[in-house]
Amino acid sequence: MGQQIVNGLFLGSIYALFALGYTLVFGVLDILNLAHQAVFMLCAYVALALVLHLHLPMLLAFPVSVAAGGVLGVLVERVAFRPLRGRSDSNISGLISSIALATVLEALALQLFGPDVERFPFGVVPDRSLRLGDAVVSELQVVIIAIALAMLAALTYLLRRTVLGRRIRAVAESPAAARILGINVDRVIASSFFVSSALGGAAGILFGLAFNSVSPDMGRTVELKGLAVIILGGMGSMPGAAVAGFALGLLEVFTVAKIGSSYRDAIAFGVLFLVLVVRPRGLLGPAALREA
Amino acid sequence: MRLPLHSLAVAAIALLAARPAAATETIKIGAVFSLTGNAAAYGAQQRAGVQLAADEINKSGKLPGITLEVVLEDDGTSPQQGISVFDRLINMTKVSALIGPTLSTLAEAADPRAQAQRTPVVAVSNTKPNAITTIGDYIWRVSLTEAQVIPSAIEIARRKLGFKTAALLYGNDDAFTKAGFDVMKSSLEKSGVQILGIQTFATKDRDFNAQLTALKNLKPDVLLVSALVEQAGSIALQARQLGYTGPIMGGNGFNSTKFIQLAGPAAEGVLVGTAWNRASTDPVNVAFIAAMKARGTDPDQFAAQAYTGLLVVADAIQQAGMKGGRDDIKAGFAKVKDLPTPLGKFSFLPSRDGNHPAAVQIVKGGKFEILQ
Repeated sequence: MGQQIVNGLFLGSIYALFALGYTLVFGVLDILNLAHQAVFMLCAYVALALVLHLHLPMLLAFPVSVAAGGVLGVLVERVAFRPLRGRSDSNISGLISSIALATVLEALALQLFGPDVERFPFGVVPDRSLRLGDAVVSELQVVIIAIALAMLAALTYLLRRTVLGRRIRAVAESPAAARILGINVDRVIASSFFVSSALGGAAGILFGLAFNSVSPDMGRTVELKGLAVIILGGMGSMPGAAVAGFALGLLEVFTVAKIGSSYRDAIAFGVLFLVLVVRPRGLLGPAALREA
Repeated sequence: MRLPLHSLAVAAIALLAARPAAATETIKIGAVFSLTGNAAAYGAQQRAGVQLAADEINKSGKLPGITLEVVLEDDGTSPQQGISVFDRLINMTKVSALIGPTLSTLAEAADPRAQAQRTPVVAVSNTKPNAITTIGDYIWRVSLTEAQVIPSAIEIARRKLGFKTAALLYGNDDAFTKAGFDVMKSSLEKSGVQILGIQTFATKDRDFNAQLTALKNLKPDVLLVSALVEQAGSIALQARQLGYTGPIMGGNGFNSTKFIQLAGPAAEGVLVGTAWNRASTDPVNVAFIAAMKARGTDPDQFAAQAYTGLLVVADAIQQAGMKGGRDDIKAGFAKVKDLPTPLGKFSFLPSRDGNHPAAVQIVKGGKFEILQ
């Protein structure tokens, strides 16, 4: 029982990590960036390359690859979204061009790193574990859960209390009005992509470490669940994304433990569907206020 | 000195007439493996095995006047790509026979195309029981099915370890892992081992903690797992991390050095049934391992089976009187008997499935060893 709670929290923190960065541009700015999963995957490879070929310690490779993820995010925005901005269909065309970019990045990874599943070398993170009653928790799992919570706090702070956060919210409200107020809209969106992709990259590296598995298609496993978590939590809500991430993780684990693993996804997504029927704005989503 | 004109002409005619006999005939054999995608770890070994076999056969003079040309294609671990590659090799490249594809799931999609065009196929890694060769009389199989390997492997392991209860974990969205599970379950039931619990996962899953925790709490004597190699490594690691200390026995997916590389120390002691007794001192086997290593590949079962696949095709051509037509090769397969291969003496069963001895391996010091 205790072990299953740990398993659920851990799986949930992976979903939350992925969804937090995702929802910064999707939930807040209303831009669905389907290349997010490619950044997630490429960052894991960047960290892997730094560790394997430059022999950097993980503590150094991690921030370097997270920064690389941020830069990659700015590039994604520049290539897939900015040229289309201002078109009346920019929502859907941006979505399609980000799928295209994700495919290109995945093919690139396939060429550079090969199709095999790779793993970080043994001992790159300490392999210690704690006992909590009858449950075993590895140090890495504790760190990942803590990072997920810390990122939630940092993002909430960023959006509510900082100048950049205020500008992001202003752009979300109305890009035209923000521009009139002297806000450089392109730059604010680029900054949001930087932060979002850096978080996505961090999630990718931690995913690779936690499951000993880095492969060109690793982003696909969490992409759909990440989207579900955002919708379930409520568009634009950071705490909502985190709560929904943990909820989905726990739900999946307890479906496996109590009902059977064959029904896991059916039940998890069935519950998600029900929540949305009963509460269309998601668990912690803001009430629809902006109807004019 | 001047040669008379007519003797030159005679010589020229003789030369022209002799030409068809002296020049070698090229027989094209298509090899379709998963060189990219989920099963790429197996495909790389298979490619190396087939290439070695082609080079050796062409050098040995076993087929006088015939050169085997292997046309290699990638099925991308995708049924759609497998089908289109089969179509191209059959209709455009006009191969005499096909080897592959890597996974049973793909074989079930692509092999009917070969059957319809009356092109013989040799399956070298499809292990799904009561399938593949049932597609038609042009489909033959070198690889032992899970139904052939797993019962004897479980029986050997049970005698060694004396387990009475078991828990099972398998991928339920893949033909190969599901088939492996079915056989595990029925052979456990037959040998009177009690099954305490069964859990499943999907091919893209990387987190197995929930399933493993549920199974570990049942305290089984042995954990049996039917998974592809990508998941096999994570499963072994996560099981050990959760504190499961009992023996783990894997299906055919564990049968790759990639598994040991991914699982590291967690691979130690893991048991795997195998169609290939690597430790066999049969000279054919010893020479095969040496030749593969000389080419920079440490061979696993998939390389040995792919190598055997082409040996069988070559033997069928020989049995058919050095004829390499599609129906000649098919007729030749039926006459292959006790062919010396790295897998042991090889023959086909009346069901067109392969027949040769099986064994059990255990991981020790980061290497597969035969459980004696």
